[in-house]
Amino acid sequence: MDHEFADQVGSVAGVEAALPRPHVERPWSLMYLLDNERFLAVVLLAPALLLLGAFIAYPFVMGIWLSLSDTSVGNLGHFVGLQNFVRAWDDSIFRTAFKNTFIYTFWATLFKLALGMWLAVLLNRHFRANRIIRAVVLLPFIVPTVLSTFAWKWMFDPTFSVLNWLLFRVGIIADKLPFLSNGTWAMGCAIVVNIWRGMPFYAISFLAGLQTINPDLHEAASLDGANGWQRFWYLTWPLLKPLTVVVVVFSIIQTFSDFQLIYVLTGGGPANSTHLLATYAYQVGVAAGLLGQGAAISLFMFPVLFIVVWIQLRYVRRLEGV
Amino acid sequence: MVEQQWRKWAYCYIPLALFVIGLIFPFYWMLITAIRPDSELYRAWRAVNNAPFWTFHPTVAHVEDLMAKTMFPQWLWNTFFIAIASTIISLFCGLLAGYALARLHFPMVGTLGTAIFVTYLVPPTLLFIPLANIIRDFQLGDTPWALVLTYPTFMIPFCTWLLMGYFKTIPRELEECARIDGATRFGAMLRIIFPVAVPGILSAGIFAFTLSWNEFLYALVFLASPERKTVSVGVVSELIRGDIYFWGQLMAGALLGSVPIAFIYSFFVDYYVTGLTGSIKG
Repeated sequence: MDHEFADQVGSVAGVEAALPRPHVERPWSLMYLLDNERFLAVVLLAPALLLLGAFIAYPFVMGIWLSLSDTSVGNLGHFVGLQNFVRAWDDSIFRTAFKNTFIYTFWATLFKLALGMWLAVLLNRHFRANRIIRAVVLLPFIVPTVLSTFAWKWMFDPTFSVLNWLLFRVGIIADKLPFLSNGTWAMGCAIVVNIWRGMPFYAISFLAGLQTINPDLHEAASLDGANGWQRFWYLTWPLLKPLTVVVVVFSIIQTFSDFQLIYVLTGGGPANSTHLLATYAYQVGVAAGLLGQGAAISLFMFPVLFIVVWIQLRYVRRLEGV
Repeated sequence: MVEQQWRKWAYCYIPLALFVIGLIFPFYWMLITAIRPDSELYRAWRAVNNAPFWTFHPTVAHVEDLMAKTMFPQWLWNTFFIAIASTIISLFCGLLAGYALARLHFPMVGTLGTAIFVTYLVPPTLLFIPLANIIRDFQLGDTPWALVLTYPTFMIPFCTWLLMGYFKTIPRELEECARIDGATRFGAMLRIIFPVAVPGILSAGIFAFTLSWNEFLYALVFLASPERKTVSVGVVSELIRGDIYFWGQLMAGALLGSVPIAFIYSFFVDYYVTGLTGSIKG
């Protein structure tokens, strides 16, 4: 509106006359229609919204319907109310999976944050080969998770584990460690692999953040007598906080809904002790064909994801408001 | 001076070296396993003659087996095709939507932007069961199109978000000049703004491509025939026969499935990092 008004004022003031503009007769054509801002917006947004509607919004609604029905493969279901959710809650494997999901997310996120920050600070120093090291550091994040997890599974192999060999040779252990054959150990291993894969994402994001901090601030702080740790704690960390919130929220969503790592590394075993919500939903919904029950299990992820996304949106809005 | 040198090693070089070794070791292990003959591969962990970190008899037998006796080349091609097709679709949708959200004034522009951002945060694991039903209803089951059409659901929001940010940094005057010279709004977008946005498009494309190459769950659920599978799914479901793991072949598969993506990435590290950091900025 402001622009149009300005145009009119301009032509009244005679500016228009000074800038001869070719006057083209515009026919009532597609191009003319596309000059209408609202029409153009509809056209431009249509492909994206169509795909997202068909493959995100629609399945989401359908997922809610499935979770309230007793649908299974080859059997059109009937409405059964909240029965699937109640049954899941009574299931001891489900409860283990539910608990595991939180444990997995908490420990993995904590270590990824701490190690990622440390690595970012190390990478932020300028020395030779920095570019190559930065590229190499991201490799675990680039390579398909399934494939790199296979390498880890081989390294944790009960009979041929290289890690056992190494620890034995160094003299730390006398007998082999039960990497994937004991439930608690297996969960620990899965967390380690997740940290290995996700930490570069933190490191590179933080590195980008660190590079926006004015070095003069650090210099001023050192002149005032702050040591390395104090400079990090009172200067770098507060400045990186907004970025940290965004990175952590992203990572929590990815970790909480993880599937492939557990599917390959342990398959939920031994004795269903390392399932996450996503892998258990797969086992029930796809492998066993109980679609309704499986949909209900994966919907148990929704409240947590909703809260995290809500925090994210609040936070992004607040940053924009400032 | 010696004191300072010592501190630099303790606080910088040694931790950094440990980080790099830890991050790289699994890849080294893939490589060494892939070229090691079976007779060396399966030695008990405590065997005296076990030298696991190198091999005296490197062999390409595992790679040859993988290429000749399995459908690995086909899986590689499938993965590549699906990644390219879904990246093109996502870039197309993301470009148009990103431009609309960054530049046009229309009601609900803020709400729509937020809605697209929220879909970015919806993980595939939440939707795969109902989505499998929908794919079957659309007659897309066990075809590459099931993935070509569903992968954009997590790539479009990302591309839109990244490109929207990029368009906002392009000065409006550029477009206004073109309009004064008689270009239509659509023409100005196509011929002036999009060419300027090429670095942003490249970043979004590279990042989207790696996301697609990495995807596993949808490919696992929607594809059934061995010859239609992607690398990740093929390696998981076809290279393990019964309960037996052929580790040499598995690691050769893991290595060869990782090399193309690492190769592409190595040419575009900077674009990739821009995409990565842009993907999380609000």
